[in-house]
Amino acid sequence: MSTMTFGRAINAGMRRAMENDPKVILMGEDIGKLGGVFRITEGLQKDFGEHRVLDTPLAESAIMGTAVGMAYRGYRPVVEIQFDGFIYPAFDQIVCQVAKLHYRTQGAVKMPITIRVPFGGGIGSPEHHSESPEAYFTHTSGLRVVSVSNPQDAYTMIQQAIACDDPVLYFEPKRRYHVKGEVDESIELAASSMEDAHVVAEGDEVTLVTYGPLVPTARDAAIAASDEGISVEVIDLRSLAPIDFATIEASVRKTGRLVITHEAAQSGGLGAEIAASITERCFNYLEHAPVRVTGFDIPYPYSKLEFHHLPDLDRILDGVDRVMGRTNSLSGIER
Amino acid sequence: MIRWRVGALNEGCVIVPLNDTASAGENSLIQLLTPSGVRQSSGDYDRWVADVDGPALQALYEDMVVVRRIDAEATALQRQGELALWPPLLGQEAAQIGSGRALREDDFVFSSYRENAVAYCRGVDFTDILRVWRGNASSGWDPFSINMATPQVIIGAQTLHATGYAMGIQNDGADSVAVTYFGDGATSQGDVNEAMVFAASYQAPVIFFCQNNHWAISEPVGLQAHVPIANRAPGFGIPSVRVDGNDVLACLAVTREALDRARTGGGPSFIEAVTYRMGPHTTADDPTKYRDANELEDWAAKDPIARLSVLLDSLGLLTPDFLAAVNTKANDVAARLRAGCIEMPEPAPMDVFKHVYSTPNSWLDRQQENYGRYLASFDSEPVGSESQKSSGTATEGSL
Repeated sequence: MSTMTFGRAINAGMRRAMENDPKVILMGEDIGKLGGVFRITEGLQKDFGEHRVLDTPLAESAIMGTAVGMAYRGYRPVVEIQFDGFIYPAFDQIVCQVAKLHYRTQGAVKMPITIRVPFGGGIGSPEHHSESPEAYFTHTSGLRVVSVSNPQDAYTMIQQAIACDDPVLYFEPKRRYHVKGEVDESIELAASSMEDAHVVAEGDEVTLVTYGPLVPTARDAAIAASDEGISVEVIDLRSLAPIDFATIEASVRKTGRLVITHEAAQSGGLGAEIAASITERCFNYLEHAPVRVTGFDIPYPYSKLEFHHLPDLDRILDGVDRVMGRTNSLSGIER
Repeated sequence: MIRWRVGALNEGCVIVPLNDTASAGENSLIQLLTPSGVRQSSGDYDRWVADVDGPALQALYEDMVVVRRIDAEATALQRQGELALWPPLLGQEAAQIGSGRALREDDFVFSSYRENAVAYCRGVDFTDILRVWRGNASSGWDPFSINMATPQVIIGAQTLHATGYAMGIQNDGADSVAVTYFGDGATSQGDVNEAMVFAASYQAPVIFFCQNNHWAISEPVGLQAHVPIANRAPGFGIPSVRVDGNDVLACLAVTREALDRARTGGGPSFIEAVTYRMGPHTTADDPTKYRDANELEDWAAKDPIARLSVLLDSLGLLTPDFLAAVNTKANDVAARLRAGCIEMPEPAPMDVFKHVYSTPNSWLDRQQENYGRYLASFDSEPVGSESQKSSGTATEGSL
């Protein structure tokens, strides 16, 4: 066990993957000498060489498209997209090529590409630096999407993503990069699955589902709720595509109430998918309609207003009050 | 490495004057065989085809006749309802055979959807070419079986794949080359331009082979480019050449030169093969709505097969026996193509779920299982029977 920051844990995980497999290469903007704008790849070019840690020209579609070619050649590229809002030039290559090549070629061509995306808000950035674009990718067949919430998962799941023969989008909550935690570096990758959701706080009245940056917030909300006598079970999804519905379903069969929270906009988001799927699976067990506590359907706002947009502890508790039938901000209104 | 590149720019590369237009005349082209079938010398390029003797010329002729026959047969199959669509290559045989025959087995091709003659050179099973167009598969073959990716439909996307593959070759210390084919329309795409940036930055062993066939569906090449397309590459630091795309010898020569440059550490090259799409964009297209019949006539006079037959005739190689043998082979290939098309096995309904992922996926597994039950329900007892009730939990699932 050692204590390390979230960012350092990703770095250590990539280092281990590169040591274990010479076909693992890193590609991205400023990831070499600088170590990335968030320093996540710090020291890797120095230790593994410029042929394995490639500073690329500033063209996201080309980074992704050349990663596809590298994968054809037998490499396992790990691509860094510098910020969430910069991924869109690569969207065509991700959706039309990375996601579809295995299907298109009837399994002949594998795309073991890991796409690392620092995502989410809360760091006071200008436009295009705080977005949560995960639903675009969870809606795309052929991709796997994960989001990590703590240093141990960051360390383990980056290696599982790299080892996966399918393409994986790996969403890193950038506002948590400096959070420290215990990391067991001797962990066996095969001992866990990156597709399993984890119950991170047990409870029996409300199931609170979230992922990535809001997991600590949700845990805090569960503690605050318990002060008011409400028992909240918190589930960290970890995998966003596919979602481990069995774990959520088991929890909801117990609690009868479901709250989903994410930073991404509400309409067409993951919360909608979870609410629909759980309603289909165990409608008869629900005491109340599922409630979503999410970012608004707006472009990511300027930083002085971002904490109105981002779900926080109090907004989550308000959602908990709604599913509990307690007095809440919408009491008396049909919404 | 850099010295080589400068050398290429000074000696091997033809820079077309900027006042030329995108559809400039033949005087700026590398040409070894004139439209009237006269073998002419072209400076540095003769040496790249010095080994092409009579039998080799006959083989190139046979290739072009056979791929034209494949093209005609496939078009006929589409007209007869056996194919949903077909993109003809009529008129572009020399560009594809000349370049395709220059490649080594360990080179890797990333093409568009019209390079059926290149696939032929790579040794593809003819029937596999049709699988996509008959709707029986999303692509026709295992790319690693012939070292050629299956046709790319997103315009220009494959140029990046070739560049990345070439970067991988470089990392491996190998001397094979990635070759990407695309059209004049694709040169407007960001991906193609980005590919050239990356190829130049890393000096990747990749060849950009642009077939300027003058038409991107209904849009003339002048809409894509105000200068000859080959002129763009030097701006990226990539030596380029403009070649008569209907001259199979010249296409072979310039491709061999570019391959040699790539194999010896000289980095990427750009080839603009000036040719003409004699047919429609696809069988769903109607070129009479947008192009002048005179243009077609002008280009018919530059036909790649006709000019080679004149040369062969002048060498005494166009004998009745040779022509009969070529004809027999073309007919045989066409017959096999037709039979393979019609006898192609139908995909099974549940194949729709196959190969989305390489490892199990809980979302898809559930949908597959439910759809399997749905399909099976047509064969089982009426609704309400015991067997239906016992599987009742499925009603809570989503299809």
